[in-house]
Amino acid sequence: MKRLPRLSTILWCALAALLLWPLFSWAIVHAVWIPDIDACRAARGVGACWGVITEKHRMLLFGRYPYAEQWRPLAATVLILLVLGGASWRRLWQPRLALGGLLVLGLAVLLMRGGLAGLSTVNTKEWGGLPLTLLISLGSTLLAFPFAILLALGRRSPLPLLRSLSTSYIELVRGVPLISLLFMAAFLFPLLLPAQLRIDILPRVVLTIAAFAAAYLAEVIRGGLQAVPAGQAIAAKALGMRYSQITLFIVLPQALRTALPALVNSFVGIFKDSSLISIVSLHELTGALAISLGGDADWRSFYLEGYLFIALIYWAFCFTLSQVSRHFEARLAHSRQKPQPEAAG
Amino acid sequence: MTRPRLRTLGLLCALAVSALSTPLAHAGKTLDTIKQRGNIQCGVSSGVAGFSLPDSQGRWSGFDVDLCRAIAASVLGDPNKVNFVPLNSQQRFSAIQSGEVDILARNTTWTLTRDASLGLSFTGITYFDGQGFLVPKKLKLTSAKQLKNAEICVQSGTTNEKNLADYFRSQNIKIKPVVFEGFEASFKAFFSGRCQAYTTDISGLAGVRNKEAKNPDDYVILPEVISKEPLGPAVRRGDDDWFAIVRWVAFALIEAEEGGITQANIDSIKADSKDPAIQRLLGTGEDSGKLLGLDRDWAYRAIKSVGNYGEVFARNVGPNSVLKLPRGLNNLWNKGGILYAPPIR
Repeated sequence: MKRLPRLSTILWCALAALLLWPLFSWAIVHAVWIPDIDACRAARGVGACWGVITEKHRMLLFGRYPYAEQWRPLAATVLILLVLGGASWRRLWQPRLALGGLLVLGLAVLLMRGGLAGLSTVNTKEWGGLPLTLLISLGSTLLAFPFAILLALGRRSPLPLLRSLSTSYIELVRGVPLISLLFMAAFLFPLLLPAQLRIDILPRVVLTIAAFAAAYLAEVIRGGLQAVPAGQAIAAKALGMRYSQITLFIVLPQALRTALPALVNSFVGIFKDSSLISIVSLHELTGALAISLGGDADWRSFYLEGYLFIALIYWAFCFTLSQVSRHFEARLAHSRQKPQPEAAG
Repeated sequence: MTRPRLRTLGLLCALAVSALSTPLAHAGKTLDTIKQRGNIQCGVSSGVAGFSLPDSQGRWSGFDVDLCRAIAASVLGDPNKVNFVPLNSQQRFSAIQSGEVDILARNTTWTLTRDASLGLSFTGITYFDGQGFLVPKKLKLTSAKQLKNAEICVQSGTTNEKNLADYFRSQNIKIKPVVFEGFEASFKAFFSGRCQAYTTDISGLAGVRNKEAKNPDDYVILPEVISKEPLGPAVRRGDDDWFAIVRWVAFALIEAEEGGITQANIDSIKADSKDPAIQRLLGTGEDSGKLLGLDRDWAYRAIKSVGNYGEVFARNVGPNSVLKLPRGLNNLWNKGGILYAPPIR
């Protein structure tokens, strides 16, 4: 009886090896790593052509950003990653450092934009690749989150006007595909506005994604709010706390803690949804792939390798995000189980 | 004897009318905006071999790209003062309507619907394309009419899909279109044997055969051209002065080929030529630029920067390119093609 699972394990491994071997052979053994088009052509169908990444990596990572200035998006990406890394370190969660993080993000945007300190101005339409994906998803998440909290609170508000406004906003936005909202923001909006009031395409798109994401996040947060026992608010009220205090210090922290897994799920969704902006001429990772390979008759044949490279980047970010959130969940669950010192004494 | 006087009178009348409507030196709002901005926003495709594509360093090249460079050289004196905006087929028209781009040079077919209902005007035809068929040589086909009951791979949402259905309906031949969402998907399916024929514009067919087929000689392009696809630049409706500039820069490139002026010999011809037509074109004779709101060297700079039409063709889609397309219809009217530019006088 004990040998049976072992035997099946061996069989499964053999099967997996059998199935994965062609992939391994294609991706590693017979792959071409140097940017040599003839070698890649010769290996077609047998081995992957990772040389296409080597050849096009600047375009893939930074899109249409002027070639000579690409150290700027590189530096901006590093800054953004530093902020993200800091934000996932619990010990650094202080209001002062949060403000510092926002400032660093602002610095990253300034670096990309230029126009001061001797840097040439680079129009947002020319931004692209990884820094654009990061800026758009991070910017829209940061804007959407507070808005989503207000919407969730509004939907549970005892005031009928506020409640119906929040509810209709959420239902309206959730009923429309993001792609159509983006299209309206990018092309319809400038037609309706006079030429003097023209807002740059990037803020328009970030605001659109934020407005869209807020509706989804609001529902997630509302779920968390509903999970907080009513007794908590009543007890806080009995202690003489005001509505704002009850919400900020009693209800919201518990609600957000409950909603954390679902929130992270939404953040991952926003990050991947940012790829939709390639339809409005902003060439983030996916769009950068299209312009770097689409017209190049030589390298066009190796689209698959390009897609795999982009997928790897997306996966790395999403996986890290979910790992960080699992870490927090574990910590929060732990702190919840711990007996409170006041209760003990 | 009365004719020259009548012509002068007519010219004077025309001048008077245009002087009344707009000041002569003042050429259009678009031109002013471009001069103020210091570059031309040129809407191109996000990658079509031979027409517009960025290389690994992000430098753009192609037939459409060269046209925009010629216009920039003509208007701003520098062929590099162009910002190329890659647009996909859904967004191209709204981009020109909303003023995001000044010219749409995105291998776009001139049709009545587009000309009459999209708020844009095509300035002329710079490339005569048409839809054709690619078939494996081993099928021994000599005409598209033999494609009875054949499965034909085609990209969805293009004029190609509609033309395919129209053509075979008119021929009373039953075929089975196999529709694919993307350009790559459609030809990959054909080469993997999914269809007996592949259809797209002939300029695209050549690139696909030369670059994607394992052995290009195994495939032939059938003689039938089933549709007219006149490609040309378009500008926003309502600025006739800008329209005229875009139109006449393209004509100047064709005139240059007719007059035997190339990038290499233009300076010596400019210095020596006594031909009034060439003198007018190159700015040493009668000032042809003033009427367009430009200076007298407008055409000289355009030709100097990209070469004449024949050179642009050869470099991007002709013998010196990967596409190796024959001139065909795109030859000069006196060399068997239908390119015909009105005289510059």
